[in-house]
Amino acid sequence: MMAGKLQFSLVSPEKELFSGEVDGVDVPGEEGDFGVLPNHAPVMTTIRMGAITIKDGSETRRMFLRGGFADVTLEGLIILAEEAVDLAGLDTAKIAQGLRNAEEDVRDAKTDEKRAAAQSRLDYARGLSEALNG
Amino acid sequence: MASLKEFRDRIDSVKSIQKITKAMQMVAAAKLRRAQEAVEAARPYAARMSAVVGNLSSSMDGRPGAPELLVGNGKSDTHLLVVASADRGLCGGFNSQIARHARAEVSRLIQDGKTVKILCVGGKAADQLKRVYADNMVDVISLREYKNIDSSIAAGISAKILSMFEAGEFDVCTLVFSRFKSVISQIPTSQTLIPAKDGLAEGVSAPDLGGAAYDYEPDEEDILKVLLPRNLSTQIFQALLENVAGEMGAKMSAMDNSTRNAGEMIDKLSLQYNRKRQSMITTELIEIIAGAEAV
Repeated sequence: MMAGKLQFSLVSPEKELFSGEVDGVDVPGEEGDFGVLPNHAPVMTTIRMGAITIKDGSETRRMFLRGGFADVTLEGLIILAEEAVDLAGLDTAKIAQGLRNAEEDVRDAKTDEKRAAAQSRLDYARGLSEALNG
Repeated sequence: MASLKEFRDRIDSVKSIQKITKAMQMVAAAKLRRAQEAVEAARPYAARMSAVVGNLSSSMDGRPGAPELLVGNGKSDTHLLVVASADRGLCGGFNSQIARHARAEVSRLIQDGKTVKILCVGGKAADQLKRVYADNMVDVISLREYKNIDSSIAAGISAKILSMFEAGEFDVCTLVFSRFKSVISQIPTSQTLIPAKDGLAEGVSAPDLGGAAYDYEPDEEDILKVLLPRNLSTQIFQALLENVAGEMGAKMSAMDNSTRNAGEMIDKLSLQYNRKRQSMITTELIEIIAGAEAV
């Protein structure tokens, strides 16, 4: 049987980043990475921070997510990301700068609240630069 | 009777007011476009989110151990009203509309014998509610320092609400905001946030799984534990965006009206000014002619 295509949409609170048909998506689940192909069994899971890989034909696109949820139904895959960026359009120097800034912010933070916020930004920046270089 | 100079001064001052309102209208129009885009871009996420929550809640239905955020804590004695309004005025009846809606809600709840607490997001509705319900006010969160509404602001507000809920400070939480229907129409709306089950958009039904069983990873409870707070902040985020768009829409039409009114006023004043000038010239002429005849 022809496998068909997977209806995939990636939405973050600010906007819809991707919506369309693809061959498959690799998702970093909380309890391990998994690949979603067309006609995947229904599953609902949380996602840890990391990059997803969208495969369509010979093309692959990688997007970096900061946690969220993946919902697979018969209709397709929906990822609700807390924050998401397309890795293709990123500037390496800018990311490195962001990472350094985040490190400084963590050191300079005066209250616990600010430190926690800065720490989460740092984790994000670190994950992002790893995904970009790895 | 005002002198000609006084007329000129008044016309000048109305003209500068008109310039200001005109500028404010244009600024509001530009911001409105951006805010409208933001609302529309954020809608899919909120819609998907309620679909997922609805999905999970239907599978949790009737089971013991369902999270209190979803099904409530069994009581409805104390209500927390989160009133979201704008932080700035000069936007017509926008803030008053929200405040009026909130006041009606509060008095209805008090009549039912409930305790009401009010948490204001944005200062303008707070100013109006303080006059009547100062004792019920818990806190006012100002959005003045933020240039753009982003999801971290909503996350902060929802964290505050959650910690209050966990401390048992209220049983039911309702959000009051203005739904952006169009530039000229914003509808004050109440939405139940906690228990989340009651606030789900109608018509959300479990997706057709074709008989296959839904797998949860980790299990439902763990997912709900993460999902429900996220859902809360998503709903708040959406409401804030709707509010900004509504505020800008209301401001735009309010400023458009003011600009037009100023224009009318200038016309009227100019007419009076011209009449006055004319009559002064006439008087002078009569005096000259009368003087010449007398010689």
